[in-house]
Amino acid sequence: MNKINNKSLWKKIANYKLLYALILPGLAYIIIFRYIPLIGTLVAFKKVPTFATIEQIIDAKWVGLYQFRKFVSSHYFWNILGNTFALAGLRMVFEFGAPIILALLMNEIRRVAFKRIVQTISYMPYFISTVVLAGLVFNLLSTQSGIIPDIVTKLGGKSIYYLADVRYFRTVLLSAIIWKNIGWGTIIYLAALSGIDQQLYEAARIDGANRWIQTLKISLPSISFAVIIMFLLRISVVLNQGFEETLMLYSPAVYQVSDIIDTYVYRVGLLQNQASFGAAVGLFKSLLALTLVLVSNYVAKKFSDHSLYG
Amino acid sequence: MNNLAMTRGEKVFSVFNYVFMLLIIVIFLFPFLSVVMTSFVSTEEYLTRTGLILIPEKFDFSAYQMIFKNKMIYSAYGITFFRTIVGTFFQIAITTAMAYGLSKDDLPGRKPIQVLLMLCLVFPVQIIPQFLLIKNLGLINSLWAMIFPWMMNIQYVFLMIAFFKQVPASLEEAAIIDGCSHVSIFFRIILPLCLPSVATIALFYAVWHWNSWFDAQMFINDIKLYPMQNLLKRILEVPQLGDIGGGLEDEPLPSESIKGAVIIITSLPILCVYPFVQKYFVTGFMMGSVKG
Repeated sequence: MNKINNKSLWKKIANYKLLYALILPGLAYIIIFRYIPLIGTLVAFKKVPTFATIEQIIDAKWVGLYQFRKFVSSHYFWNILGNTFALAGLRMVFEFGAPIILALLMNEIRRVAFKRIVQTISYMPYFISTVVLAGLVFNLLSTQSGIIPDIVTKLGGKSIYYLADVRYFRTVLLSAIIWKNIGWGTIIYLAALSGIDQQLYEAARIDGANRWIQTLKISLPSISFAVIIMFLLRISVVLNQGFEETLMLYSPAVYQVSDIIDTYVYRVGLLQNQASFGAAVGLFKSLLALTLVLVSNYVAKKFSDHSLYG
Repeated sequence: MNNLAMTRGEKVFSVFNYVFMLLIIVIFLFPFLSVVMTSFVSTEEYLTRTGLILIPEKFDFSAYQMIFKNKMIYSAYGITFFRTIVGTFFQIAITTAMAYGLSKDDLPGRKPIQVLLMLCLVFPVQIIPQFLLIKNLGLINSLWAMIFPWMMNIQYVFLMIAFFKQVPASLEEAAIIDGCSHVSIFFRIILPLCLPSVATIALFYAVWHWNSWFDAQMFINDIKLYPMQNLLKRILEVPQLGDIGGGLEDEPLPSESIKGAVIIITSLPILCVYPFVQKYFVTGFMMGSVKG
């Protein structure tokens, strides 16, 4: 009896070994490619160039908060911070709100086949790359053959190259982002809407509620939980988004309204050979982002507790 | 719902809603149409016409002929295929293996490893330390620089763990009694049973690889090693930057039709496959949001 037990114990450990072997590649990956860069963030407290070797990085003197002070006191600081929060704020209002409205409208389509066509087509842009997205934007805004300048001219206006104009850049960027993501964003709300008991609508109709009232009193409250959760999820990552789109569409002519922390980190850190300064700016943003994560997490906990027991 | 007649306002709304949806369809399709049409315009026609080109006077294929004469397109396409196939393979292998190991609740050390994974979500990788790491690993201008840095999406690991936990424990117990090791259980029972979800995640990974460009932008500076997205970026930016260094100097400035054609060639595989796999993406996304 004892012998068999021993044997199965050994077998169990041997089995665990195999399980550990399955975990090992993933673990090695996160340690090398996720945690070493995390430790590497310490270069923010040194002064190393972008092409530094590992020995140079280790040997470099600690300079404390020098890089952070340099960033906070630079004349560019408030401008970039303002742009970063402006983009995040605009996204949280328009990019977040647009799919909710589109989902409510899609939900009112009674013809299933037509609804499916609209859905399929509206999800499509989500799967193209940011580079292709930029290519499409360049094409639409081309002063020679783009449709937008064409429409503006036909309406009697004077068309300009909107991407290079500080007054229009944010509108263009935001429109492109919404165009790409709005369809995909409706999925979760459409699912929540399709889960609503149809009897609620019937009862409301018998009570004389028209579709607008039904939307206001049934549809919207039914998806409000999904909306709040999605809002909290979004706000916790919003500072990490928008980088690729901005990098593809902006140009020095519009830095004043388009340069966000991420693009600034990329330029100073990788193109201008100031790795430490870039890392410090990046770390600064990470701390802002972390605050948003913690706050939204806290709110989410409070909120779901409340709705669970309240 | 027809037993009660629509009010006048509701009828107006219905009409408005259908018109609006048609407008939405146009807004989503028009940019693609515009680019396709631009790609068929000859340079002469482009220069003489002003305003929007909805239909070219004459369909001209010279943009495509020029592109397919260029060897760089083939190598860029090859590199995109390489990173998509090899990269997705690595991602799926590592993600599913790790998720299977972590789906065993009795595995000693499971909790700390999950905490390590969670922290990766809270602290995203920053580009400067990542660049320093890749540089010091000697991976600059190596194709592996497009594969190693993002071998695992942490959210997908947690999603896979949830899938694997749904497999009835009795199946595995029966297999253990029959003398199967965990590795053979993983390959012979778990993976085949979870194939639909594994395939869905593989699709997401593959699209991610096909569309990625910023990693190559950071780590690859030899234009011959560019994937398609980066080559397209380069071609789009030439007049914008007024810099035609690299391997493009013996080429004429890319015309609008060439840009259009390259956009089409870059996104065509995705757009062709998309209608057929769309429902998997949607279900995959829904699984993710229900679980996570």
